Amino acid sequence: MRLLRMAVAGLVLGLPVLAGCGASDPAPAASTAAPAPASPAATAGTFPVTVQAGNGAVTVAARPSRVVSLSPSATEMLFAVGAGPQVVAVDDQSTFPAEAPKTDLSGYKPNAEAIIATKPDLVVLANDTGGIVAALGKVGVPVLLEPAAVKLDDSYDQMTDLGAATGNTAKAQEAVTAMRQRIDTLTAAAPKDKKLTFYHELDSTPYSVTSTTFIGQIYGLFGLVNIADEAPDPAGGYPKLSGEFVVKADPDLVFLADTKCCGQNKETLAKRPGWGGLSAIAKDQVVLLDDDIASRWGPRVADLIETVGAAVAKAAA
Amino acid sequence: MRPAGYLAASAALVACLLAGLVAGAAGIPVKGVLLALLDRLPLVSADPGLSPVEYGLLFQLRVPRVLLAALVGGMLAMAGAGYQGVFRNPLADPYLLGAAAGAGFTATLMIVLVDVDALVPLAAFGGAAGGVLLAYALGRTAGRGGGTATLLLAGIAVSSFLSALQAFAQQIKVDRLQRIYAWILGGIGSDWSQVRMVLPYAAVSAAVLLAHGRVLDVLSVGDDEASGLGVNAARARLVILCAASLATASAVAVGGLIGFVGVVVPHAVRRLAGGSYRVVLPLSLLAGAGFLVLADLVARTALAPAELPIGVVTAFVGAPFFVAVLRATRTADP
Repeated sequence: MRLLRMAVAGLVLGLPVLAGCGASDPAPAASTAAPAPASPAATAGTFPVTVQAGNGAVTVAARPSRVVSLSPSATEMLFAVGAGPQVVAVDDQSTFPAEAPKTDLSGYKPNAEAIIATKPDLVVLANDTGGIVAALGKVGVPVLLEPAAVKLDDSYDQMTDLGAATGNTAKAQEAVTAMRQRIDTLTAAAPKDKKLTFYHELDSTPYSVTSTTFIGQIYGLFGLVNIADEAPDPAGGYPKLSGEFVVKADPDLVFLADTKCCGQNKETLAKRPGWGGLSAIAKDQVVLLDDDIASRWGPRVADLIETVGAAVAKAAA
Repeated sequence: MRPAGYLAASAALVACLLAGLVAGAAGIPVKGVLLALLDRLPLVSADPGLSPVEYGLLFQLRVPRVLLAALVGGMLAMAGAGYQGVFRNPLADPYLLGAAAGAGFTATLMIVLVDVDALVPLAAFGGAAGGVLLAYALGRTAGRGGGTATLLLAGIAVSSFLSALQAFAQQIKVDRLQRIYAWILGGIGSDWSQVRMVLPYAAVSAAVLLAHGRVLDVLSVGDDEASGLGVNAARARLVILCAASLATASAVAVGGLIGFVGVVVPHAVRRLAGGSYRVVLPLSLLAGAGFLVLADLVARTALAPAELPIGVVTAFVGAPFFVAVLRATRTADP
């Protein structure tokens, strides 16, 4: 039984390798021929290219034409850097942009055979769950592990990586520069000296984030004070807070990142025992975030920053 | 058991309740808490000097939470004592018969498929009761005569099966794993509506179980002796099982899966007050309530303002105790 399964897997796994080997030789010809309408000289990049990803130096031999993304953030980045037309499959959590070819592939529990069945020549993922990087490596598919960003620069780096690996270096540079400028402008304009306190909610039990997390650092750009930072380190970057504590801390701003998953809003907040008197509710400073945008580190971080900036400006006024 | 014993146990419970009310992440002045509580008593008027926020915190968050912890702990411990008596097995606990696995499965299914927070307790209640019923039905039909050993084995089989179903169900929406695990590790909410929800089940199951203390003492001698004394052993077992399962199901519904209370507390009580169920049952109720109030106190203050899952706290205290009991009972065996 096990032998049979291995044989089948070997057969399935072998195919793309052969296909990949065959494609690598006539690659320059193919890359100039296929994306002809999109000014090939400027966007094609140079191959082979080596990218420093979370799994070390990864060499991509030729411009990939079948990219599979198993990370919603990577999907957003790929489309932002102009690699959208090369993406053939994205995981079941990748909801943006709308034209992303969503499949039932899972990034949480990746299935090597199902991924290989899409005949990828580049796979991007955020977690090496169940040895998936090694499994794909065995069949010669280049894999970029782009783990969750811990600071904004990681987002820029990952976008640059993805641009290089997909042959969209120039477009990626543009996208990163635009994102960086927009974020710099937004944060520069914000009042930072008010020392406003805030509470960012991940789910209603209530889980929050500390300033050590990616999302926590975003708030730091506005000089906001995170009430969750009082949680001791052993509680981790995503502590489950005490409801009592949140009420007592009475933050100036409440950001809800559980609006889509759990239907939270100002009204549901007010109905929680003891929470009705929060001044953020009274002053209408409960900010409804898009759960997805608030949990990804892709180009839409700029949208999140804009939302936060507007709320801070209103609260400081 | 002399009345003094119950008095001491009740006093200990009151002390635990007060400790639970005084401590918390928000830090309300102790004097204010005590005065506010006194103020609520009939014929007493005191000015607690608390701010409206502190007052709201105390009566909307802390009081219901402490009461809920007491109810859940009392029910789990009492149900544990009941199960141990029915199965004549000192390690039987409320989860042995498929209650935990059933609740875990249905709660997971609810989180994965419907995702309405308010329905999770209801689903857990149904699952806990359903798991026990399934184990009981299987134990009756599978084994000749339905002895307690057969029932225990059926419970283990049902538990494994339902756990597998739960593991399968949680693969449907892997992004909700965190919420599923948060529920499984247990946590006491702070909501008056949950207190009101649980209270009737707690009252009914406690009344039935406490009334059966003598019957359990008779059963512990043996079924033949029981029938000689005019006790229908099979029927009595069923009634006690139902009451203990009802208590478990409602405790699980509001608290999630909180392990070890049902094993640890009845044993501690037995060591202190002897083995008669007429004493073990009521004292388990009181001690279980106090124990879980303290465990919850640790859960919400050890890393304050972050909270620990209460199941982690009870297991931390319970697991070593469990092993100690295991060793003690092993050496006592012939």
